[in-house]
Amino acid sequence: MDNGKQAQLLLQIQQLSFMATELNLYLDTHPQDQRALAMFNQTHQELMRHVRNYEQLYGPLLGYGYSPAAQNYWKWVDSPWPWEINY
Amino acid sequence: MWVYEKKLQIPVRVSAPDPRMAKYVISQYGGPEGELSAALRYLNMRYTMPTGKAKGVLTDIGTEELAHMEVVATLVYKLIDGAPIEAIKAADLGTHYADHDRSLYWVNAAGVPWVAAYVSATGDPIADLHENMAAEQKARAVYENLIHLTDDPLVKDVLRFLREREIVHFQRFGETLMDVEEYCRQKKVF
Ligand SMILES: [Fe+2]
Repeated sequence: MDNGKQAQLLLQIQQLSFMATELNLYLDTHPQDQRALAMFNQTHQELMRHVRNYEQLYGPLLGYGYSPAAQNYWKWVDSPWPWEINY
Repeated sequence: MWVYEKKLQIPVRVSAPDPRMAKYVISQYGGPEGELSAALRYLNMRYTMPTGKAKGVLTDIGTEELAHMEVVATLVYKLIDGAPIEAIKAADLGTHYADHDRSLYWVNAAGVPWVAAYVSATGDPIADLHENMAAEQKARAVYENLIHLTDDPLVKDVLRFLREREIVHFQRFGETLMDVEEYCRQKKVF
């Protein structure tokens, strides 16, 4: 399966999500760092924007009610799984 | 609790199936310094940590290790997927195929199944954090060994990313150790 466009949008999410993860770990041991805190919040905003846009096109990214079921059927079991996507 | 996110932490690509490399990489799935060991080691240790920082670091790094387990699993899957049975036999992966076909299993590179004895938990936060720092260095070393075992630049990319993460985790555990040592000193004073 060629998932070119989907993989491209997913890559932007992976990059933003990685930044958020990295800042999260850093803030765990540097909770007073105001610059890191501001970067984390900004990254969060960007990440959410990309996630909502992706979900409109390809279905939910998160299970258990953290993502909307934007389509009129249960797309969770239909869109490709992480190990099936060809990047 | 945990919520599943339907994505890998990073894209995982391989140039071509390579069952021999799969046999080596699977060690970071179910070997002593692998990602299952790492995730379980940290998530299990959280309960006896004395500070919010230490509990946070263990929760967050433990969760990232679960994501790494999925990255390694995908890498192994893609290295085996589509490989003909002759290639599997030629790579001496027949020993794996006999019991597991192309499915994944928690084994080291020699096929030895995962055991809980790979992980320790003493209940002493100073000892446990040292254990984690050593574990991160050992995982980094194994990723470097694996990088030497492949010529596939796409596989190398994935292994390099995972190696870098071990260095960052080592750093965060070091900071946590200093913080917990400080906490223990203050407790003794008052
Ligand atoms: Fe790690």
